[in-house]
Order: sequence, then structure tokens, then C-alpha cells
Amino acid sequence: MLHLVNKSPFERGAFESALNMARKGSAILLIEDGVYAALKNTPFEDKVSAAAKDIRICVLGPDLEARGVDQVIEGVEVVDYGGFVDLTVDHTPVQSWL
Amino acid sequence: MSDEIQTEYDTAGVEKKFMFLNRKAPYGTIYALEMLETVLISAAFDQDVTLVFMDDGVYQLKKGCDTKAVNMKNFSATYKALGDYDISKLFVEKESMEARGLTQDDLIEVIYEDEDDDWAEKPAIHVKSRDEIAKLMEEQDVIISA
Repeated sequence: MLHLVNKSPFERGAFESALNMARKGSAILLIEDGVYAALKNTPFEDKVSAAAKDIRICVLGPDLEARGVDQVIEGVEVVDYGGFVDLTVDHTPVQSWL
Repeated sequence: MSDEIQTEYDTAGVEKKFMFLNRKAPYGTIYALEMLETVLISAAFDQDVTLVFMDDGVYQLKKGCDTKAVNMKNFSATYKALGDYDISKLFVEKESMEARGLTQDDLIEVIYEDEDDDWAEKPAIHVKSRDEIAKLMEEQDVIISA
């Protein structure tokens, strides 16, 4: 299963909910404002590092660059738009968390 | 007639305190850009304007934004131009920065020229505590929040 999160974890609980629901072997892709969940030095870092052991946590590169962010938590994969497509092929169903 | 509605107001020279409160991250929604455009328009009216950035709004001032790959217009440079519009108060909330692991070094520089100090160039961005900003909020005439 692929979980898509597009809002900042500081603004909305969608990322935390997705993290709670993602089962072993699934993937979470952070896009748009969701990329802030992938950053080092936030209160979410430990949860993300721990989750990355069982789940593939990915973040969309272009959205990181647009926000001037480069310090990504270890274990989180940066993907491009091609990688985004690959994720939707490899993991179904896809859920866009609002 | 005694029940005529007043339609003419003498507002020349009225200066009100406006606070524009920015709480949203840039690019994911249109709020950041719309607020910036509203601020630029308001600058034409010579009011006492303060911009406050808190919660995810602090990310609006992050340096190093490159929006080429997402095909959106990069408006970081527009914040830098605020100094030219006599907007010299950009306050960033300390607690929001700390929660996001950010320091003032992570932010862009916005400079204005202080006409009361021989046009000396000064920084417009200041980190303020939550308490200072809360107190300032109560002193405003108009607060526009996004």
C-alpha cells in the first residue's frame, strides 16, 4: 500500500495518522508541504527513523528543493517524479491522506 | 434629512496598526503568496505594518528555495523587496523556529533603509518570543491572518 501525505505534520495530523496506519512492507510518500515531516531536528524525527525500519518512507525531491530543505532524516529516501510513478506501481492500493 | 447614511469619511492621515500573521508553509497552498501580495498592496497606503511569521509560516523565509523542478514561481526575492516598500518589521516567532530546528542563519536576509538614521541599512527580520508577539497582537487595529 502507498500512503501519500501532502500536508505539514505541524499543521495537520494526517502524517501521524498515516504513520499509525502504515503496515510493514508499505510505503509512505511525502509530497508538497508533507516534505517537512522528513526533516532532521523536528519532534517527528525519532518516530520517522523508527518507522523507516519496517516501512519505505520516501520524500519528493522537487518539493524539498522548492522549500530550501536539504537535511533529510537518515533512512528516508529522496525520489523524483519518476520514482513517484514507480511507487504507485509497486504499492497498491494508493491512499491520498487529506 | 436626518436619516441620511454617512458616505464621506475624512480619513486623510489616519494611520492604523496592521499585523499580517503568516502561519502557513509556502508553495503547498496559495496563502503565503496571497498574503505577500496583500502586504505589497497595503504598503501603498502608508500604514504601520508588521509581518509576523509563526508555526509553519517561518518556512516562508527559509533560504535556498529552488522551485524550478516544481514549476512554480519562486517568491523568496519578493520578501527581500519589502524593505523598499518601507516595511521594516518582520517578526519570526522563536518557539516556532526551535520546534523546526531552525535558526536565523537558515533564513533569508531582508534589509531596509532607516530614514530616521541617515538611511542606514538595517535588518528587517527579528526573532521575537511568543510572549512578545502575543502582546503585540493585542495592540493592533487590524489583524489579517492566514
